[in-house]
Amino acid sequence: MPHRTFFWFILPSLVAMTLFIFVPIVSVVFQSLYVEHEQVVVVSENCGPFGCTEETTIDQDATRALREAEPLGRFAGLSVYTDRAHLAADEVGAIWAASTGLGDFVSRLMNLPFYRALIFTLSYVAIVTPLTIVLGLAIALGVNGLPKVFKGPTIFVSLLPMIVTPVVGALVLYWMMEQNGILGSALQAITGDPTLSLRASAPLTWITLYIYGVWSSAPFAFIVYYAGLQTVPQEPLEAAMVDGASRWERIRYVVIPHLAPLTVFIALIQLMDNFRVFEPIVSFNAGAVAPSLSYNIYNDLRGEITLFNSAAATSVLTILGVVILLTPVLLRTWRDFTTKGGH
Amino acid sequence: MSADVTSQRRSTGLVVVSSVLVLLWVVVASFPFLWTLWGSFKVESDFFSRTDWTNALNGTRTTIETGGPFTTNGYSGAWIDQDFWRNAMNTAIVVTSTVVISLTLGTLGGYALARSGFRYAFWLLMIALVFRAMPHITLVSGYLLPFFEWNLWGHLPTTIIVLVAINQPFTLWMLHSFFLQIPKDLDESAMVDGCNRFEAFWRVIVPVMWPGVITTGLFSFLLAYNDFTVTALLLSRENQTMVPRIVSFLGSTFEAGNVMFAVAAVVSITAPLFVLILFFQRQIVSGLTAGAVKG
Repeated sequence: MPHRTFFWFILPSLVAMTLFIFVPIVSVVFQSLYVEHEQVVVVSENCGPFGCTEETTIDQDATRALREAEPLGRFAGLSVYTDRAHLAADEVGAIWAASTGLGDFVSRLMNLPFYRALIFTLSYVAIVTPLTIVLGLAIALGVNGLPKVFKGPTIFVSLLPMIVTPVVGALVLYWMMEQNGILGSALQAITGDPTLSLRASAPLTWITLYIYGVWSSAPFAFIVYYAGLQTVPQEPLEAAMVDGASRWERIRYVVIPHLAPLTVFIALIQLMDNFRVFEPIVSFNAGAVAPSLSYNIYNDLRGEITLFNSAAATSVLTILGVVILLTPVLLRTWRDFTTKGGH
Repeated sequence: MSADVTSQRRSTGLVVVSSVLVLLWVVVASFPFLWTLWGSFKVESDFFSRTDWTNALNGTRTTIETGGPFTTNGYSGAWIDQDFWRNAMNTAIVVTSTVVISLTLGTLGGYALARSGFRYAFWLLMIALVFRAMPHITLVSGYLLPFFEWNLWGHLPTTIIVLVAINQPFTLWMLHSFFLQIPKDLDESAMVDGCNRFEAFWRVIVPVMWPGVITTGLFSFLLAYNDFTVTALLLSRENQTMVPRIVSFLGSTFEAGNVMFAVAAVVSITAPLFVLILFFQRQIVSGLTAGAVKG
C-alpha cells in the first residue's frame, strides 16, 4: 500500500491515539514537575500603645485567585518525586538506618504511601498471574474431558466472572465475604472468632483481593488454553501412548509444550492488566490497607482538593513501571523482527 | 481411532477428579451472581444479617418490614426514587457512540495496517501495544487539568472521545489480525478492475468483514460499558453513567448510601451482559483466542 493511502486510512485513529494517549502522557510528565502554589501570606504591622507587633495572616482570596490563575502551580523540578508521598528519599534513608533487619525495613516502608501501593501492586501481579495460569489450565483440561453436552454451558458460566463489570464483580464477591455476608459469617463460625472481618484484618483483605483477581481472570486463561487444546497434534500423542506414557506424562511432555506460546500470551496480557489493578480496591473499600499505584492516583484526583501534581508524579512512576514490565517483551519482539529481516 | 480410544481408556479416578474440579469451578463462577440476585429481593438487615445468616434465606426481617418474603424496594428505590434510569440512558448514549466511532476508525486503520508491507506498520502496532498497557487512570490524570481549564470536563462527548481513543490500540490489533485473514487478492483484483484503494475497501472488503467487526464491537462494547475509571472522573454528577453511580450508592465518608439500591443496580447492570453472553458466546470465545492462537 502506498505511503499516502496508508496515511489517510490510519489518520483518524492516529489522531485519536496521539491526542488522548500520547499527549496525556506528556501532560503528566509536565504536571509532575510543578507544585501547587503556597498560600499567600500577608505580613501586617499592628501598632498600639505598647509598640508594634508583626502579624502574619493567610490571604485566602489572594491564594484562591493565584491558584485559579495558575492551576498548574509553580515549577518545582523533581521535588514532588522525592517528597513523602512518592519516593520519600529522606524517609527511606532514615528507615534504612533505623531498621533492624530486612523484614523490619519492609514493614516500616509500608507506612509510606507510595511504597505501600508499590508493594501491594507487585504482590498482586506476582501472586495472581501464576495462579490464573494454573487454574485456567486445570479448568481447560477438565472441560476438555467433559461430554460434549456439558461443554457449552460450562463455558457460558465461566465467562461470567470475566465479562462482568470489574466494579460489579468485585462488589458481588465483597458482599459475600463481608463481615455480615454469607462467607464472612461462615468464616467467623469456622474459626470461632466473631471479630474476624475484612474491615479489621489487612492480610485478609489482601487475600480476598487476590481471590477476586484469580476469579475474574482465570476464565480468560481457560478459554485461550481450551482453544489451544483443540489444536494439539494427535500424532505425538499417539506415539507417546505407544511408548507407554501415562496420561500425566502425555500432558507434561506433549500438551504443555504445545501450549507454551499461549502461556506467554496469557502472561503478557495478565501482567499488563494486573499491574493496573484498581476497581476491586474501590469495591472492597480497601484503599486504606491495600492501595495500588492506580488507586493512589485516583485518591489524589477525587479528593476535596485535587492534587494534580501529586497524581501526575505517581502516574509517571507507574508508567515507568509499565515500561520496565514490557521491556523484555519488546526486546524479544525486536530480536524476532530483526532476525526475520523485517519487510 | 486415536482420540476416541484415548478418552475411553482414561481411568475413572481421573474422570472423577477432573469432573469435581470443573463442578467446583462452575459453582464458584456462578454462585456469587445467583446469591446477589436472590439477595436483591431482600431488605438490608436480611442480606447482610448481623444476627443469623439464614435470615437471608428465610427473609425473616423482609417479612416483618414489608409483609412478604420478597420485596422489590431495592429496584424501585434505585430506578425510580434515585433516577437510576437517567444513568442507564447516559450509559446507552456513551456505549453506542463509543462502539460506532471506535469501529469506524478501527476498521480503516486496521485495514491499512494489514495491507501495508512497510516497517512502520509493525512499529505502529508495537506502539499500540505499549499504549494498551497504560493504566487508564494515568491518562485520566493527564486529561483532568486541561479539561477543567478548557471547560471540556463533565460532558458526555468528552468521555466518548476519550473512551474511543483508549479503545483504539486494542481495536487496531484485533481488526488488523482479522483483515490479515481476508485474502489480499480480493481487494487487489478490484483495484486491477479500476477501483481506487478506498473503493476497493468499501465495495469488496466491507461486505465480508462483518464477523470480525462484530467480534471486535463486542469487546469495544464491554470496555465502554464496564469502564469505571474514565466515567467516574470525567463526568459531572448529572451525566454519570451506571458504574460510577453504583459506587456512589455505596456512600462515602461524606454521605450515607443505601446498599440495597446498589445491590439492585448491580443485578440490573449485569442482566444485559448475561444476555450478551447468551447470544454471542461463540464470538466472545473466538475474539479471546484470535490474538493468541493465530498470532
